[in-house]
Amino acid sequence: MAQIDAIVGWKDLPFGCHVYEPGSTAKFRTGDWRSQRPVLDKEKCIRCGMCWVFCPDMCYSQTEEGYFEANMEYCKGCGICAHECPKDAITMVPEED
Amino acid sequence: MGKRVGIEVSIAIAEAVKLARAEVIAAYPITPQTHIVEHLSEIIANGELDAEFITVESEHAAMSCCCGSSAAGARTYTATSSQGLALMSEILYHPGPMRLPIVMTVANRALAAPISIWNDHQDIMAQRDIGWIQTFAENGQEAVDLTLHAFRVAEDRKVSLPVIVNIDGFTLSHVIEPIVIPDQEEVDAYLPAFKPRVRLDVKKPVTMGPVGIPEVYTEAKMAHNEAIKASKRVILQGWKEFAEIFGREYNPVETYRSEDAEVLLVTMGSISETAMTAVDAMRDKGTSVGLVRIRLWRPFPGPEFRKAAGKASVLAVIDRCLPPGAVCGPVGAELRSIFYKMPGAPKIFSFVAGLGGRDVTVELFEEIVDKARAYAKKRPTELYEVIGVRER
Ligand code: SF4
Ligand code: SF4
Repeated sequence: MAQIDAIVGWKDLPFGCHVYEPGSTAKFRTGDWRSQRPVLDKEKCIRCGMCWVFCPDMCYSQTEEGYFEANMEYCKGCGICAHECPKDAITMVPEED
Repeated sequence: MGKRVGIEVSIAIAEAVKLARAEVIAAYPITPQTHIVEHLSEIIANGELDAEFITVESEHAAMSCCCGSSAAGARTYTATSSQGLALMSEILYHPGPMRLPIVMTVANRALAAPISIWNDHQDIMAQRDIGWIQTFAENGQEAVDLTLHAFRVAEDRKVSLPVIVNIDGFTLSHVIEPIVIPDQEEVDAYLPAFKPRVRLDVKKPVTMGPVGIPEVYTEAKMAHNEAIKASKRVILQGWKEFAEIFGREYNPVETYRSEDAEVLLVTMGSISETAMTAVDAMRDKGTSVGLVRIRLWRPFPGPEFRKAAGKASVLAVIDRCLPPGAVCGPVGAELRSIFYKMPGAPKIFSFVAGLGGRDVTVELFEEIVDKARAYAKKRPTELYEVIGVRER
């Protein structure tokens, strides 16, 4: 199951289960049930950003050198980035445990 | 003081919604609810009520609109029936936990198949667990009064829950009755403007209806359940203040000639009026019989019911719903649960009657009482019995 920063009892749930903090979904680290992870080969990567575009979980962000890095706290291991990469620069490798 | 007029109950309900100053009405017409929303659309078109009437393409959309408008802070009303209520089903589960105070009239009608436009309670019993407060009206006056009460309770900040007022299709919806239509000043005194605890507001963004992952879903359901249970205090208070302003008293459970009665009929909705006539007829013949009428269905008034049932030794419960394969009708099951293993509990016999517009007559009530008395001596083989069904 996903990790949550604040587990609360029913009495402390906000009224109507409303969420008052915009963007708070980022606090829910939802990547822990992944069975495989994307591994980047920088030799092949042309920094085109297709992986960034296609990742359904918006895991990718660009590094200072212009490469794209997936955030493993959110990556579900779906392999779409590897599939879409025009240079086959991404390999999906099994998570060990 | 209000004005007593001869009026069709559906029209009277629409007038009550007008007096309540509803701000958004999103509805789709379906028999036998049609006259209510038809009349409301006329009232709005004539400029008698400053409200938005959203003509939607289905009941699914009607309830979706209602959720949105209630979330935006508008006093919201809709009405439906039968297949329309069934089509709403997906959305009906949302406003409860989201604490959106929508008021809806359900003109109760059978569900297909076979297709039936006539009255029973199968439509609402299929939606028994949607988590709305639910009341049942016995007559036209009650339909009007419970509608005003529904807005008052739903929008109370301690409650903030949707409310259904059930009225029997045709038997109530299409009947002309003498009804006191309250004055606007009285209704205004009873019903303050809707001030939601939270509303959709671009200046103060809020997410309503987010995902409930396994770590919070149970807690969210618990919070909703506790809110429904706690609403009973406000429901009672709402009736108390209603009596003070309008002079008509309501309780979660009502009795009729129940004192010292050996057998009590238990009814819900408009058949209660026929049941009272039946009780009089049977009392005249010397039968020790009385009546308990359930007005508040959710939250179920367990303690009030036990008190109303008093020391009666036999309860004959009438359900206007036949849940196939279940052990008995929903009202029967509820009552068996609240009395289970209680010392001195009455024997409870469950009957199903009045399906799909079949009349529940005085004679039928007499048959039910006779059967219940016989079963008290010799246990029946089945947990419930369908009354008035032809064998061949
Ligand atoms: S899609 Fe492939 S080549 Fe393009 S930036 Fe991502 S990893 Fe590099
Ligand atoms: S594997 Fe799927 S979720 Fe993970 S980074 Fe690639 S596209 Fe995104």
